[in-house]
Amino acid sequence: MTASAVPALKMQRRSLYPGWFYAPAAAVYSVLFLAPTFASLYFSLTRWTLFDATFIGFDNFAQFFREPFLIQGLVNTVIYAVITSGLKVVIGMALAVMLTSQIMARGYLRSVIFFPVLVSTIGVGMTFTVLMHPTLGMINQTLAMIGIQGPGWLVDPKLALFSVALVDVWKGVGLATVIYIAGLVAIPKDYYEAARIDGATKLQNFFYVTLPLSRPATATVITLSFIGGLRTFDLIWAMTKGGPGFASDTVASVIYKQYQAGFYGLSTAGNVVLFILIAVLVVPLTMFLNRKQGHE
Amino acid sequence: MTKTKLFALTGASLLGLMMTANAVNAQQSGYLSFLIDNGPQSVAVAEAWVAAYTEKNPDVTIDIEVRPGGGEGDNIVKTRLATGAMADVFFYNSGSLFQAINPVQNLLPVTNEPWQAGIQDSFKSVVSAGGEVYGTPFAPAMGGGIFYNKPIYEELGLEIPKTWDEFMANNEKIEAAGKTAVIQTYGDTWSSQLFVLADFYNVLAEVPDFAEKYTANEAKFATTPAAVRGFEKLQEVYEAGFLNADFGAATYPDGLRMVATGEGAHYPMLTFGIGAIAETVPDHLQDVGFFAQPGDNAETNGLTTWMPDSIYIAKSSASPDLAKDFVGFVGSPEGCDIRNEAVGATGPYMIAGCELPADVPPAVADMLPYFQEGGHNGPALEFLSPIKGPALEQITVEVGSGIRSAADGAALYDEDVRKQAQQLGLAGW
Repeated sequence: MTASAVPALKMQRRSLYPGWFYAPAAAVYSVLFLAPTFASLYFSLTRWTLFDATFIGFDNFAQFFREPFLIQGLVNTVIYAVITSGLKVVIGMALAVMLTSQIMARGYLRSVIFFPVLVSTIGVGMTFTVLMHPTLGMINQTLAMIGIQGPGWLVDPKLALFSVALVDVWKGVGLATVIYIAGLVAIPKDYYEAARIDGATKLQNFFYVTLPLSRPATATVITLSFIGGLRTFDLIWAMTKGGPGFASDTVASVIYKQYQAGFYGLSTAGNVVLFILIAVLVVPLTMFLNRKQGHE
Repeated sequence: MTKTKLFALTGASLLGLMMTANAVNAQQSGYLSFLIDNGPQSVAVAEAWVAAYTEKNPDVTIDIEVRPGGGEGDNIVKTRLATGAMADVFFYNSGSLFQAINPVQNLLPVTNEPWQAGIQDSFKSVVSAGGEVYGTPFAPAMGGGIFYNKPIYEELGLEIPKTWDEFMANNEKIEAAGKTAVIQTYGDTWSSQLFVLADFYNVLAEVPDFAEKYTANEAKFATTPAAVRGFEKLQEVYEAGFLNADFGAATYPDGLRMVATGEGAHYPMLTFGIGAIAETVPDHLQDVGFFAQPGDNAETNGLTTWMPDSIYIAKSSASPDLAKDFVGFVGSPEGCDIRNEAVGATGPYMIAGCELPADVPPAVADMLPYFQEGGHNGPALEFLSPIKGPALEQITVEVGSGIRSAADGAALYDEDVRKQAQQLGLAGW
């Protein structure tokens, strides 16, 4: 502390700009971010019609946790986040290994895999809704040609959430692959050389060199896709609107439906719950991933 | 609480100021904005009204704005009203959804306007709040019941069912003939509610005071056997395997096409679908008939009716007099004639002096006897009670596709309704 105080003082004297130059940014940040955040904490404790707010304590939260489909939404959210981030790690890593090796048309394949990331989520959702139609969709018609009766991808309550998760993976795996490619390329060649001299097989190369040394990339992919999975909304809304019934509802779609119905207080309470849920799951996760990284 | 009000008020008055600033320009040119939903019917009729009105008043400009229907549309209407940014004149539901947009605060009363004298009291009662009338009918009255394919009925020699058992027996025969008996379109979730909502006449026939008790938190769907019947009917058609193969993904336009072309025999729907059939499959308009959703007693067979949607004037309107003049034009016999010409006749009008043309489609002709002398009809629940739970359409999809039992669905809906009642601040909840 004392050691660093000296250069800090020096810096301050040398700085041409006074601290209150931060004021405009601080004002914008307070008005657009801090004020709504704290206001929403207050409104989550009220029954709110946009004109009038009646203070009702924690009733909204009690309501939120009492309802069966809200709880199901919570469970679905976690399932969805785990599936999508898990698959993105595994598939993204596999694709990255393939795309950093000497294969034909590498540049072309890299862009093909990244392409879905650039397409609008709503567009992807609507396209797959058409493809996954139980009788007229291209997927089931193709399956029918080889004699398989395809399932109702989006209309079977047991499958709907997983179908949407798969589309999410299809759309998002390109980003994970790019992060992994960057991570793999950064691994010094010396390790592979040393491993080869020790007579390591390709499999050993992967498990003892590539995998541990790409941990920073893994941490990034997991964190990004897990947070993305937790607050996912657009794809689910475009494909199933949380249906059939409540089978693929996530916290975000439940919150949106409450808002649509005019339950402003209740939906704000839902947002507070989502905020806490993300914080509770992601903060320890990043701490865990980053600590491991420090040990390397 | 005061703080909130103050905040909202400042916002509103700011917007108000902006609106007034616009108004100075707008009033000179006689400008109105008119917000409707994006159904082809609504658009066609609104365009016809605006064209006729501006032809009479060349100095007036009316912009038609379009919004989505369903829950998405509710959201837009509520948000625009709350922020004072609503169009001058707008289209929205009557009944319980009307009660949820805070009419006393947001809308301009039209109780004593001249054209209101010609409007039926039964309609006025579903667009009134705090002793004032706010709405003018946008369309004819509707019935909720079952569209059927006439060629299939003729081919199999079937009779119009008067009881639910007869209906299910017809379904058996249709299924045995290798045809789809009942069409459901859960791809548009709202369409899944019909078996429950259109059963309300039958509920009233058995429990006449259900609506009052339900509003007062004294009667529940789950504990009133007559009210659970609607959910049970939904479950029965699913369990009997009468539904089209793609019932989970098909949409409302699919359903109308299927019942018109004979891909399916029955489609539970509101009669406003007639207009869309006339537009999309005009060759088959004559093939579609209509009957009320059967109850358990042939003697009391009758129709659950829907009051038309309505047009309202926003309190924030910058040109209220012009808006009133336009709404009065729409709510006159002349307005009805223009509608008949633009989209055809779909049901009886709520406006005195409005006539149906002689050659109405068969489905409309089938509906009229329920409204005439000796016919039985009763309003849907949403016109007798301000409470409608927002999750009904998801619950009916669940019951209608075997995910949840009828009894469970009814109980879950009672829970959903409680939230709405509390939000409206009703006594006894």
